[in-house]
Amino acid sequence: MESLERIIAEQPFVEGLESYYLQLLVGCAKNVVFEAGHTVFREGEEAHEFYLLRHGKVAIEIHAPQRPPIVVETLADGDVLGWSWLIPPHHWRFTARAVTQVRAIALDGKCLRTKCEANHDLGYELLKRFADIMSRRVDAARYQVIDVYGTGVKK
Amino acid sequence: MSPDDPMLPVAYRVEKVSKETRDTFTLVTRRVDRAPRHAFEPGQFSMLYVCAVGELPISISGDTADKQNLTYTVRSVGQVTNQLVSLGVGDTLGVRGPFGAPWPVEEARGKDLVIVAGGIGLAPLRPVLYHVLRRREEYGRLVLLYGARSPQDQLYRKELTHWSQAPETRVLTTVDYGGVNWHGHVGVVTTMFRYVRLRPERTMAMVCGPEIMMRFVARELETRGVERSQIRVSMERNMKCGCGFCGHCQYGPDFICKDGPVFPYDRIQSRLEAYEI
Repeated sequence: MESLERIIAEQPFVEGLESYYLQLLVGCAKNVVFEAGHTVFREGEEAHEFYLLRHGKVAIEIHAPQRPPIVVETLADGDVLGWSWLIPPHHWRFTARAVTQVRAIALDGKCLRTKCEANHDLGYELLKRFADIMSRRVDAARYQVIDVYGTGVKK
Repeated sequence: MSPDDPMLPVAYRVEKVSKETRDTFTLVTRRVDRAPRHAFEPGQFSMLYVCAVGELPISISGDTADKQNLTYTVRSVGQVTNQLVSLGVGDTLGVRGPFGAPWPVEEARGKDLVIVAGGIGLAPLRPVLYHVLRRREEYGRLVLLYGARSPQDQLYRKELTHWSQAPETRVLTTVDYGGVNWHGHVGVVTTMFRYVRLRPERTMAMVCGPEIMMRFVARELETRGVERSQIRVSMERNMKCGCGFCGHCQYGPDFICKDGPVFPYDRIQSRLEAYEI
């Protein structure tokens, strides 16, 4: 468990987090490995966990009938994968697929939600960190839809 | 390209044409009269004239160490660029310049250098990469972040791989739209900053791409502690004369052709955010 704490402590997501809160996170954490091509989670499924990516690359995809999946974003070392565990109804909105072998820390969402309800300081701390991630990803998504590299020329 | 008459085009012949993407080509040109090509600095541009069609500013994308040729990477987006990318080996074009303020490669000496390019914006920065990689020990860490629309729209793919193998150099590329067979990054170029550790107090950044992209990138650099004065951006506007006479490229108190195209971000930051400039 000490080793897991050390690994989690190295993740950018927990940078500056008090040791007491880190201990609470460690109690809900485990190491996981996904092979390339493995579906980490699928749109619509219940969101039990989120992941701190230690190594490897994950594609966030949207599936549509009769066309290949659309990759909207990739995440890699140091990134956080998934926030649907935090937001009701706790179902994944997208599908996540391992592009390469992925090593990650999985954090049990139900376990963390219970701890956050019992300790609002922990909840606020986590919420601030997730709000920052969400805000950055919304900015990036808005910027992506602008299609800045397009010519503006109709062909 | 007489220094006495910047309005007079000099005939250059196309020596080589390379297809970079479906709509972007690199032309290597040499003076028809076999006189030495005119000196340029990284970031400068020429006015390229296609006879009976028109003239456009195009950044020089070649190596300053190549003493014979002037190289341009052109994306076909309009009448003149359509003609430019249609030129074949042996065809001639008129060249005026080089014009404009260059990237501050000397001022960057000894510093970490972060180069952020979007789309065709890598072309004006390629001479900087050649310059720095040839003098690798004179600069600190080199980071190139390059965003393109799709994997097929990435310029200089072989060179990107080659550059990434240089010492103390990181090259991270990303695309806005990647297919399922693309194993690289997907996401806008600003998202790449989270994979590099900057030393902001000793970092200079050079940014070139669509104006919106440069705005976002400059903000991201500021968020990460890089001083505004250490950020340079390369601007683009319609130009005619290329040397500050006609006023077509006026940008507030500056002319892009003469005072730019490379500007310190702190000088133009407010204009970048203004609606009507």
